[in-house]
Amino acid sequence: MASLKSPPERERHDEPGPMVPEPFVVRSKRQDTSDTWTLELTSVADDAGLHFAPGQFTMIEAGGSGEVPISISGDPGEPDVLVHTVRSVGLATQAICKAQPGQVLGVRGPFGNSWPVELLEGRDVVVAAGGIGLAPLRPAILAMIANRERYGRLVLLYGARTASQMLYVDELERWREEGFEVHATVDSAGPEWLGHVGVVTRLIGRARLTASFAGLTCGPEIMMRLTALALADFGIDGEQLYVSTERNMQCGIGHCGHCQLGPWLLCRDGPVFDWQTLAHWLQLRDV
Amino acid sequence: MQALDELIAHVPTFAGLSEEQLKLIGGCGRNRHIGAGEMLFAEGDPADHFFLIRRGLVALEVHAPGRGPLRIETLEHGEVVGWSWLFAPYRWQLDARALEACELIEFDAACLRGKVAEDHELGYQLMSRFAANVISRLQATRFQLLDVYGKSEVTA
Repeated sequence: MASLKSPPERERHDEPGPMVPEPFVVRSKRQDTSDTWTLELTSVADDAGLHFAPGQFTMIEAGGSGEVPISISGDPGEPDVLVHTVRSVGLATQAICKAQPGQVLGVRGPFGNSWPVELLEGRDVVVAAGGIGLAPLRPAILAMIANRERYGRLVLLYGARTASQMLYVDELERWREEGFEVHATVDSAGPEWLGHVGVVTRLIGRARLTASFAGLTCGPEIMMRLTALALADFGIDGEQLYVSTERNMQCGIGHCGHCQLGPWLLCRDGPVFDWQTLAHWLQLRDV
Repeated sequence: MQALDELIAHVPTFAGLSEEQLKLIGGCGRNRHIGAGEMLFAEGDPADHFFLIRRGLVALEVHAPGRGPLRIETLEHGEVVGWSWLFAPYRWQLDARALEACELIEFDAACLRGKVAEDHELGYQLMSRFAANVISRLQATRFQLLDVYGKSEVTA
């Protein structure tokens, strides 16, 4: 009689897999606008943040309200703290925005690819941000400022709904001092606002851009589409323009397929793509 | 001191016009300084002039009873303020206010309309340039009306 074989020993996993959230504690919290907060988090395990590349995101959950993908908005040169700017628009983001210092959140990641800031060294770069789309671009802006001498002209075009909905207002002036040409506009304003009023694409003509520029853009999809069209008028074509996309990301590692767009899984192959690659798929209706 | 026709030659709205056409347009213009907060024109007034901004920021506003002035758009150096002068009944549909001290070129609309009536090629050139401005601003206004930064926007 053949002896019974003992079952194979299960593979040991000392490291938690990418599907296991790590506990991160809220160290500080700042309200940016009426519905947007910036949270600084550190890992419960080692009191540190995350090493990440500009443009990457994490999956975050608070209090069992479900996970959401949130772009990292911190400085990649300061990975000792994980920074997220979150807009409260649904149950999961509401729970994150309500989190208080000391509360523990679940964090997975970082996931996805990154803005091509190193590839663009030596180039003029225009960064076009709409609304909270400035948050995913902030790490790229900070990375370029940290290596300011490696770039030509650096231009930020920022559009927001109103002046009170603008993010990082204190930083905009600092970025200007550190070598960015900063142009801001709001869609509507009362008499107290003395800056530009009008959509962000109106800034493109005013910034004196040329075909020497490459672009990074993030914001509502329609804003990115109109930005791509307007930049093309100045010779900046879709291959020179990088966009950050958002779809229904759930696993973060390209397994579940929820964030598929055409042949791509945005969480794994993106979220950053050149516009040329993605334009066709973003313009398909009902996709 | 640069003549007005030389100054306007580099402005997108007038770029590409012949020297003669630029002189005709420049001949209807004069330099003008407007202080911060002053009105360039007001809704309902006769549109008997228009402006080219050389320096400063101008807001286009609609006055809504009980809500005060609603700012629709701002214009800056190199941009033209006003196109109602070109189309009957030649009345402003908006208010225009200087948000900061502005250096402007003010064009006499009656003078220019008179020249256009005699020189249809100039009229065509001006009409196509102003139509391009109108289209560009119409498209921007449509985009503005979409309120793309509303609640459906990405979370981050």
